[in-house]
Amino acid sequence: MNWFHWLANPARFMRFAARLQPWIMALGLLTGAAGFYFALFASPADYQQGETVRIMYVHVPSAWMAMFIYVVMAAAAGSFLIWKHPLADVAAQAAAPVGAGFTLMALITGSLWGQPMWGTWWVWDARLTSVLILFFLYLGYIALVNAFDDPERGSKAGAILLLVGVVNIPIIKFSVDWWNTLHQPASVARMDGPSIDPSMLLPLLLMAAAFKLYFLYLLIVRMRGELMARRIRLLHLSDVS
Amino acid sequence: MTPKRRRLSIVLIGLAMLGTAAALVLTAFEDNLVFFFSPTDLAEKDVGADRRIRIGGMVEDGSWKKYEEGLRSEFVVTDFQNAVKVVYRGSLPDLFREGQGVVAEGKFNGTVFTASEVLAKHDENYMPREVADALKKSGRWKEGEEAK
Repeated sequence: MNWFHWLANPARFMRFAARLQPWIMALGLLTGAAGFYFALFASPADYQQGETVRIMYVHVPSAWMAMFIYVVMAAAAGSFLIWKHPLADVAAQAAAPVGAGFTLMALITGSLWGQPMWGTWWVWDARLTSVLILFFLYLGYIALVNAFDDPERGSKAGAILLLVGVVNIPIIKFSVDWWNTLHQPASVARMDGPSIDPSMLLPLLLMAAAFKLYFLYLLIVRMRGELMARRIRLLHLSDVS
Repeated sequence: MTPKRRRLSIVLIGLAMLGTAAALVLTAFEDNLVFFFSPTDLAEKDVGADRRIRIGGMVEDGSWKKYEEGLRSEFVVTDFQNAVKVVYRGSLPDLFREGQGVVAEGKFNGTVFTASEVLAKHDENYMPREVADALKKSGRWKEGEEAK
């Protein structure tokens, strides 16, 4: 916790993040290259789905990221509202478009898989609908944060929206267990171990790691940009007065 | 109480209330949130012959009959307790197989379900063909399903 507080200082964070950035990029490129190789070439076709199973290696990590980023943003929103960490607000705003992007990717790749496998692009079942709501939550947050003349008020309103929207996350996760859905239940995070063959689990986990590192990289880039933009804004304000 | 602790408790109480409200709403709308009814639901509830509904379950082994070169098909959807006969005119999705999950949309007249759309439901098992064949050969195929 002390370490966390030490890092919450924006200037210190920027120095620390700048040093971390190339390492994250190198590790991300490495896992990403390995992940793509295994996903596209070195993994078997599925006994039912055939080659279409490869969509899963993009779809599932995207969907995981969509939920993961939202949880990160909600946690940041909470610490911004409670402890007034300015860096937490910067992090939430920097992560939002990335999360929206991953959610859109999960929706599109899922639709591309659904057409040949289920026989339809889209159905209004609980899983698909709750993920669509997640996408709108991301867009709503981005719009709300920028809707105020006073950025501080935008940050606060946005943080409250993020916390309210967090109820959607368990609904997404457990929708396939609570209700009959067309979407299949979880294959990896289950009580009795993954129901996915190790030869397919490996590329999936590699891609998941690569996506996570990619997010971390983008987050640092965007946070540094946002911190710089805020500093410029402050300089302008002090010039005027 | 410091302002920080006050804000913390406001956020926590707010989240708890929101969670309760969401849970209550979702339980209340349970019937509208299910994407399909099981054959057992159909046997227990009176859904009405005019309402368009969806039913889901497994296509019973050996029940799939094709007529008119596959344009018209008949099969039985089961949840291993109750079963419903389905008639359908149209092309079936790639994943449609006996012993696989299926969701059909249409009307139920009390004995036969007339489907206007059939979707294949994929299960959560992913494996290469060799593994599936080996499992079938050793008799350990879908042993988890029987336990349910």
